[in-house]
Amino acid sequence: MTAAALRIISPGLSTTVQDLGRSGFQRLGVAVGGALDPISLRAANALVGNPAGAGALEALYVGPSFVVDADDARLSFAGADAEIEILADTDAQRGETISSRRSIRVRRGQVVRVGSLKNGAVLYIAVEGGFAIEPTLGSVSTDSRGKIGGWQGRALVAGDVLPLRFAAATDRDEYRLDGLDLAPSFRVRAICGPQSDYFSQAEIERFFAGEYTVSAGSNRMGMRLDGGPIRHCRGFNIISDAIATGSIQVPGSGQPIVLLADHQTTGGYPKIATVISADLPAIGRLPIGAKISFAAVTLEEAAAARRRLAAELENIGDKMVRIAPPSALVAARLLECNLISGVCNAAA
Amino acid sequence: MLDYRVLPAGDTALVVEFGDRIDRELNAAVLALAHGLDAAQVPGIVETVPTFRSLMVHYEPLVLSASALTARIGEQVRSLKANTTAGHLWHLPVCYDPSLAIDLDNVARRTSLSAQQIVDRHSAPTYHVYMLGFLPGQAYMGEVAAELALDRLETPRTRIPAGSLAIAAAMSCVFPLETPCGWHIIGRCPVPLWDQGRATALLAPGDKVRFVPVSIREYETLATGVSQGVLRLEPVGDAVGAAA
Repeated sequence: MTAAALRIISPGLSTTVQDLGRSGFQRLGVAVGGALDPISLRAANALVGNPAGAGALEALYVGPSFVVDADDARLSFAGADAEIEILADTDAQRGETISSRRSIRVRRGQVVRVGSLKNGAVLYIAVEGGFAIEPTLGSVSTDSRGKIGGWQGRALVAGDVLPLRFAAATDRDEYRLDGLDLAPSFRVRAICGPQSDYFSQAEIERFFAGEYTVSAGSNRMGMRLDGGPIRHCRGFNIISDAIATGSIQVPGSGQPIVLLADHQTTGGYPKIATVISADLPAIGRLPIGAKISFAAVTLEEAAAARRRLAAELENIGDKMVRIAPPSALVAARLLECNLISGVCNAAA
Repeated sequence: MLDYRVLPAGDTALVVEFGDRIDRELNAAVLALAHGLDAAQVPGIVETVPTFRSLMVHYEPLVLSASALTARIGEQVRSLKANTTAGHLWHLPVCYDPSLAIDLDNVARRTSLSAQQIVDRHSAPTYHVYMLGFLPGQAYMGEVAAELALDRLETPRTRIPAGSLAIAAAMSCVFPLETPCGWHIIGRCPVPLWDQGRATALLAPGDKVRFVPVSIREYETLATGVSQGVLRLEPVGDAVGAAA
């Protein structure tokens, strides 16, 4: 008998293993990486009882299909809406459809098929106990560019067999999320700088007043925006310096790029502003074609937003609601009760 | 005291900028500040990232406020000592054979130098490792002789092999992994600058590097030895005292 695993039938558009990233190695040129939407990752992990930063599958736009190669396993889905189907086996055409933002127990041979994502670009699929993948530099996040971590340092392909830590699911109820806002954000808060002196005051105001569209060239490294170009007042080359996630760099074209989780550690374009850390998860979910605009805030406002987010994440467990067992099980339990009461009556 | 300014990069990083040019003294200040802050183990500092003329300090705002960190940086800059941990001096083998140096002809045309003159001039200086960035283990080494300091190609290549040695304006870079690249490729280094298995970088900021030309046959022998794990490059000495 082989070890418990998920066997990938179709990887979807781009599915990678991600956790909360590997900080501490940017000085070596190693990107931090990690989940584009760490709130949804934490939610997915909470639903299966994993530590908040356990590695999960991050699917972009179109989810994967996979077979359960374990006696049984508990999965959870959190992030964008998606049509998720549980099929009896690889030959089945149709299965049971479930919603996102819940946990579910699946059995050996069943196929999980995740379709196109809606109302967001990112969906996390966590498994109870997590994947049996050794961390690289303290993280299981996939850095496709540096070919580090995750599953063989790359996005999943058909035929990949991802080993699981748990041979079987634990005996417990299933949960769904209720009242946790996982919607993409169309208005994002940002702090001016670090290179705001490469732009006139009028141009900075234009940037914050403007509306942009997330362009098709966007990926895990950066979100490319289309809109009224931003002009530099002293060229668009700076001496390369380090980049923070959320930096909004403005290259020669004047079309801003928001640098996301997989951004390179250093770069040579001026950065007009930086998205605050509390808003990074919400921008990470924003799909291609969405509109986005930026609101200037102070460091103090950013710190307050960060504290609110931390408190919300602390209480993520309060947002989980137990799912009533399926009706067939209820009937079986009722029957069980009746039998017991019948026995009692007979003894009376 | 050194002139510097502190710029916010969002709410989880500050940039400490010592100037607006590529300069070994400014870079020494960056590395000394990184060393000082790292050694002080300030609660709330997540990591420091040294670059040519600035240091990015990543912090956890729930533990350390931007103003407290700025004050701490000020104290460190006031007591800045030259970095006492000397870097290493490395002799990096490089093969400039035209079969690997895909832009050598191009560089010869643009500089009116012969291939041999390019090799001689490129391998003459002792380079300073200013920073690592762009890819894991990728070092920015300067300065390239002025007549070789070429700008980007008009059309970047979608893919160059790992180990490619490039002229990137005043810098020389060895790309540790296969990557898209817009710079002139003038050779290849058989020694990996990034150890994928151990996840470690060969070079560190502050190290010194000399490029040692090797023939294509030597290149192949070295590359085979390295890939089989029987050869490993060691530094030849300390960076201190290495001629500029």
